Amino acid sequence: MSIDKDTVKHISKLARISLDEKKIDNLSKDLSSIMKFIEKLNKINTDKTNPLTSIINASLKSRKDEVKDGKIRSQILKNSPEKNEEFFVVPKVIE
Amino acid sequence: MSNISELSLTKIINGIKKKDFTSEEVTKVFINNSQNSKKLNAYISECFDDALKSAKSFDKKKDYNGLLSGVPIAVKDLFCTKDVKTTAGSKILHNFIPTYESTVTSNLWSKGAFLLGKLNCDEFAMGSSNETSFFGNVVNPYGKQLVPGGSSGGSASALAAELTPATIGTDTGGSIRQPASFTGIVGLKPTYGRCSRWGIAAFASSLDQAGPMTKNVEDCALLLQAMSGYDPKDSTSVDAKVENYSSKLTENVKGLKIGIPNEYRVDNMPTEIDNLWKQGIDYLKDAGAIIKNISLPHTVYALPAYYIVAPAEASSNLARYDGVKYGHRAKGKNLIEMYENTRSEGFGDEVKRRILIGTYVLSSGYYDAYYLKAQKVRQLIKNDFDKVFSDVDAILTPSTPSSAFKIGDKTDDPVSMYLNDIFTVPVNLSGLPAISVPAGYDENNLPLGLQIIGKAFDEQTILNLSLAIEKRANFKKNFKVWWS
Repeated sequence: MSIDKDTVKHISKLARISLDEKKIDNLSKDLSSIMKFIEKLNKINTDKTNPLTSIINASLKSRKDEVKDGKIRSQILKNSPEKNEEFFVVPKVIE
Repeated sequence: MSNISELSLTKIINGIKKKDFTSEEVTKVFINNSQNSKKLNAYISECFDDALKSAKSFDKKKDYNGLLSGVPIAVKDLFCTKDVKTTAGSKILHNFIPTYESTVTSNLWSKGAFLLGKLNCDEFAMGSSNETSFFGNVVNPYGKQLVPGGSSGGSASALAAELTPATIGTDTGGSIRQPASFTGIVGLKPTYGRCSRWGIAAFASSLDQAGPMTKNVEDCALLLQAMSGYDPKDSTSVDAKVENYSSKLTENVKGLKIGIPNEYRVDNMPTEIDNLWKQGIDYLKDAGAIIKNISLPHTVYALPAYYIVAPAEASSNLARYDGVKYGHRAKGKNLIEMYENTRSEGFGDEVKRRILIGTYVLSSGYYDAYYLKAQKVRQLIKNDFDKVFSDVDAILTPSTPSSAFKIGDKTDDPVSMYLNDIFTVPVNLSGLPAISVPAGYDENNLPLGLQIIGKAFDEQTILNLSLAIEKRANFKKNFKVWWS
């Protein structure tokens, strides 16, 4: 299936990536060639195959749900591009 | 010691223990080599001052009990390192300073090693040539025009050029083994779950695995042992005993059954790769192994399935980069526009392609046709391996379909770049361990590797077989230092 420019626009919106017209053009071409490559899978019948759910034959270990750290607000905020003393700051959401 | 940097990791550790030289002397040698290596562009962050401090304090304490006593190690910049910038090769993390340490790196430090620097890699480990890094491409020591492979290209180049005594990378579809093959070093992707993924920038969580990259097989066994183990912080890491790979390492592989998969004889494979494969078969026969022809019939579907599964997982994993909590932020007149502009500016072209492919195959109406189909094919590929491993102990293949290619050669055509991982991807899809061991040269004097694939959690057997090949191939690097 080829991926036309409208589809690129649609999925870039879903993925929250803004694109200019030139990028949309290039991506339409690149993504179409990748999808063409992927569609080789249609040659194989998988009607009787179950999808893989785990690659290792071991069940996942569970652990107790307990607090191991905490009171690390300043660390968490450290890398934030914009913050005030206690919060991450983002553009206004509610008018 | 006139030339410490030529020594293997094992010999350096032993030399420090025997007091032939100090950790400080060792560290100075690698810092010096690294400082003279700008043309290779292997480093993103240098931690030379701190490394020297660590070396001096090691020399004072004289605690030689650690597996990696007193050695500086530079690591791929995908591992989060506490208080040291960690970029994953991306603009979107160009200013990110983790407040925590990845489990795998802290395993190294708890065994006596310390951080020398952070090595360049393809952006979020997406690439096979180290050309997608925001910090520029890495150059292969084998030639100014050559890529080192990817995505652990900085790691491969740094190790081959003796900028670090050993290193670690990550492998999602071949990102340790392919660059190892391109630069004439040993690289191992462990069984999925052998090493913790905690603190590693995630690409495709059901495929990612960290592993050692070293000068020889002996070092590889040692480093694998040091970095492996169960971690409560990664529920997919497996609570299985970590072997003492070093002490069990033997080139005695007599009677082991080695499978040669017919489907890996791909169209247009260069004769020299085919010859190298035959040579590898002869080496293992000489070592007393039994060669068997096998079939892995779904091999041809591995790459297309990978290019559904990996981008799908990547699109989910990379959703976290939104410009709010850390990393790059662009301006926008509202929240959505801020997200869109941040991700547009922050991600490079290859990462965008994969996020969009992943978003597409997971989007409403397409999930069954693509993602579910790919997971079914993945099961068939795994079944192929399960079947042959009831009969053989390991599988021998070439590591790559070519030697290192020229910078810029494949950047215009994403699919031609993807084809590079044709021999390595099936292993990730099946969670198996595999190693690339340097075994010879092509007609242009560029290194070529052989890949050995093992049963789940049987890293020991593939290490032993690699040792048998290493002893016979007697591979020696054959480049002169041109970059300093």
